Amino acid sequence: MTSFETFNYDVLVIGAGGAGLRAAIEASAAGVKVGLICKSLLGKAHTVMAEGGVAAALANVDDRDSWKVHFADTMRGGQYVNNWRMAELHAKEAPDRVRELEAWGAVFDRTKDGRILQRNFGGHRYPRLAHVGDRTGLELIRTLQDQGVHRGLDVHMEFTVVSLLVSDGRASGVIGYERERGRFKLFTAAAIVLATGGAGRAYRITSNSWEGTGDGHALAYRAGAELMDMEFIQFHPTGMIWPPSVQGILVTEGVRGEGGILLNREGRRFMFDDIPEPYRNQTADNEDEGWRYTQGDKSARRPPELLTRDHVARCIMREVKAGRGSPHGGVFLDIAWIKKRLSGAEAHIKRKLPSMYHQFKELGDIDITREPMEVGPTTHYIMGGIRVDADTQMSTVPGLFAAGECAAGINGANRLGGNSLSDLLVFGKRAGEFAAAFAKEHPAVAADAAQAQRAIDEALQPFARPAGSENPFTVQAALQDMMQSLVGIVRTESEMQQAVRELAALSARAARAGITGHREYNPGWHTAIDLRNLLAVSEAIARSALERKESRGGHFREDFPDKSPEYATFNIVTRRAADGTMDVRRVPLPPMPAELKQIIEDQKA
Amino acid sequence: MTKAAFKVWRSDEAGGHYRDYGVDVVPGMVVLDAIHQIQATQAPDLAVRWNCKAGKCGSCSAEINGNPKLMCMTRLNTLDLLAPVTVEPMRAFPLIKDLVTDVSWNFRVKTTIAPFRPRPADAPDGTWRMRQQDVDRVQEFRKCIECFLCQDVCHILRDHKMHDRFIGPRFITYAAALEMHPLDAADRVPELKEQHGIGYCNITRCCTKVCPEHITITENAIIPLKERVVDRFYDPLTRLLRVFKS
Repeated sequence: MTSFETFNYDVLVIGAGGAGLRAAIEASAAGVKVGLICKSLLGKAHTVMAEGGVAAALANVDDRDSWKVHFADTMRGGQYVNNWRMAELHAKEAPDRVRELEAWGAVFDRTKDGRILQRNFGGHRYPRLAHVGDRTGLELIRTLQDQGVHRGLDVHMEFTVVSLLVSDGRASGVIGYERERGRFKLFTAAAIVLATGGAGRAYRITSNSWEGTGDGHALAYRAGAELMDMEFIQFHPTGMIWPPSVQGILVTEGVRGEGGILLNREGRRFMFDDIPEPYRNQTADNEDEGWRYTQGDKSARRPPELLTRDHVARCIMREVKAGRGSPHGGVFLDIAWIKKRLSGAEAHIKRKLPSMYHQFKELGDIDITREPMEVGPTTHYIMGGIRVDADTQMSTVPGLFAAGECAAGINGANRLGGNSLSDLLVFGKRAGEFAAAFAKEHPAVAADAAQAQRAIDEALQPFARPAGSENPFTVQAALQDMMQSLVGIVRTESEMQQAVRELAALSARAARAGITGHREYNPGWHTAIDLRNLLAVSEAIARSALERKESRGGHFREDFPDKSPEYATFNIVTRRAADGTMDVRRVPLPPMPAELKQIIEDQKA
Repeated sequence: MTKAAFKVWRSDEAGGHYRDYGVDVVPGMVVLDAIHQIQATQAPDLAVRWNCKAGKCGSCSAEINGNPKLMCMTRLNTLDLLAPVTVEPMRAFPLIKDLVTDVSWNFRVKTTIAPFRPRPADAPDGTWRMRQQDVDRVQEFRKCIECFLCQDVCHILRDHKMHDRFIGPRFITYAAALEMHPLDAADRVPELKEQHGIGYCNITRCCTKVCPEHITITENAIIPLKERVVDRFYDPLTRLLRVFKS
C-alpha cells in the first residue's frame, strides 16, 4: 500500500490556464469550496502563449460588429459542424467576459477615445480582437491568477493527475502525485472540471509546451466520457521553422492582422491564388485593398492572408510542395514591407508586435522590421475534445465538466484565431457556475480507495522495470514522428491505417518504459506517465480521421480532397467500449433553430 | 557535428555537485535544448522546469556561467563553447532538485499586496475610458513573466536573506503596476514603506540588468514608488502640516 494524503472539495478544477482559472473563480464566487490543480507553477499555463487577442464583438472599432456576425463567422470558420448553441453562447457572452477582465485590472490596448482597442484577425469579419500588443494571453492569465489568489483559491501546483475516479457512474475524485516530492494525493469532489488544454505534444512540430499531452481528454476517456471531433487538429500556418531548435514556436496571426504578407521564394503573394468560395465576397482581390483593410478602411475587404488558419496552412504546404518554398521548407512572412506604406514603420512594428520582434531577434538573428520571417505550419490546437452539454459544460459522465481546449463543440472543424481566449472565459465561467450548482445539489460520493490504489500501482510500474528497458523520451519522440508523418496536415487512408497499427506497437513499447532515480522531480517518470495519455489521444485522432472520408477544416484528406454534404450532418464521437477497445460512431448534429440559420444566411452577403 | 561541454548542477545528499555532460550542437540551439538533450539521452531524471520555450512563461530561470538567465532564450552561440558551460539553479531560493528551486515564497508575497480596486465606472454601461498614453507605463510592468530572475539577483534577498522584510523587485514592480493603473483607487504607499521594505533597495540596478522582458524596473517602478513614500512620509513641509493638523 502506498499512503496518500486526502483533500476534500465541493468543486475540483484540474488545469489552471484561462479556462481552469475562470472556472475556479466562478465556482468560488458561488460559495462552494474550490480546489485548483495545475501541472506547472501557477501562471505558466499554455494560455500565456496566446498572443493575438480575445475575440469579442464589442464593436469598439467597427460598429457594424455584433454577436450575430461573430456567431456566423465562428460557424463558417468551423465549416458548420460546430455545436451551434456553444457558438451562440460564446458570441453573446464574450463581450461581458472581456469587460469583466478590465474590471479585474487587465490593461488592454486603447482606442483613441479610450475604449478597448480591437484588431483584425483571420476569419473575423470586423476588427474584433481585444489585445495587449502580442501578449494578450499573459495579460489574461495574470489577471485571472491575481483575481483567483485574492479570492483565496486553494492551489496545488506542479501536480499531475493520473486517474479520474468514478463511483456509481459519477465522477468522485482524482488521484495523482505532486512533482516536487513524488507523493500521491487523493482529491474528492462533488463536481470536477477538466480544463487541461490541448494535446499538441502528440506531434513533433508543435507550438505546445511539454504539458500539452491530452491529459484531460485521456482521463475523461478512460473514465467513460465521450470524445468528439478528434480528427480536427489545427495546424497554425505560421510557426518558426529556422533554426531547428525553434521549430514550431508560434508566430502570431497578429503579424498578418497588422499588415504582414505571405510570399513564396519567387516573391509572389500566393494567397491571392486560391480564395475559397464562401469568403470570396469578403476578400480583397488586390494588394492595395488588402492594405487599406488592415489600416481600418471600412470600405475595403480583408487581405487573403487573413483567411482561416486551415486554408492558409494548406496554401503554404502547396507552395512548399511545388518547390516554391523558402530555403528551410516554409514560406516568407513579411511585415517589414509596410515601411513602403507607413512612415515610422519600424517603431510601429516594435510597438504592435514587441514579443515577435524579440523572439526573432534573440532566437533567429532576424530583425523583422527589416527582413521577412521564414514560417511554416505548426501543430497548435485541437478542436476536438470532451463532448459536453452546451449550456452547462457537463460531459457524458455526471459530475464531470470540461471547458476550454479540452472540450469540444465551439470550434467545429477549425477554430478562428482569438476564439480560444474567449472560449476559455465564456465556458470556463459556465463550467464553474454549473459545477458549483451541481455540487450544491449532489453531495459528493465516496471515492473508491481501491481504485486509487490501483492507479498508484500502475503509475509506479516504470520504477520496477530493469535498466535497459525502453526510454520514455525515445518512445515519445517516436510517437511524435509517427503522428507528424502519418496523421499530419495531409492525410490518406493507408497511412492512417498504418498509424493505428504503429500506435499499438508504441503502446507496447510504452508499457515497457523504465526509469532510473527516485520519485522526486523525475522528468523521465513524468514522461512515462504522460505517454499513456498521448497514446490514447493519438488513437482517437487517427480513428476519427479514418472515419471522416472527406476534407473539412483542420482535417484534410488527399484521398477525399473535397467537402461532402453527407459529412456535414454529424460529428464523430469516440468512446471506450466495455472490452477496452475504442468505439467510433457518428452522432447527428443537433438541429439549428431557424433564426440562427437566418443569421448565417444574412451574413453570407 | 560540434560538441559542447556542459557542467550541470545535480543535487545529492550533500547538497550537490557539477556533473559533466557532452552535447551535440545543433544550429540555433539554446541552453534549454542542451538540457533536454542531456535528459533524453543521458540523465532522464535531470530535473528542470520549462513550459513555453519562447521566453513567455518564465519557467526555465537558471544561472548560466553565473549569469541569471532564461535557458530558453540563451543561445549557445552567445556563449564561449571552448570552456564548459555551467548551468546551475537560481541561488536565492531553496533547492528542490538539480535545476529546480522552491519559488513558493514569491507566491506568498503576492497575496500581501493590496489587490486592484477600480474607481467607479466612467460610462453608464459600466466601462471605463483610459488613454493609451496613460496605460503605456503600466503595460511595461505587466509584461513581467514572473521568472523571478530579478529576485534571484537582488542582494537584499540573495545575500542578506531579508525575505521577511523586503518583497523584492518583482513585487515592487507589481505594486507599481497597481499604483500607476489609471483606474486603481487603492493606496499601497504605507504598506510599501512598512511591511514591504521598499527602503531597503539601494538601487544597484541588478534587477533591471537581468530582466528578460527588458522592464526598466529600477527607474520606472522602484524609484517612482520610493519618491511617493518620501513625499508622503518624509517631506518636511508635509510633516510640519501634519503636526499642525494633529
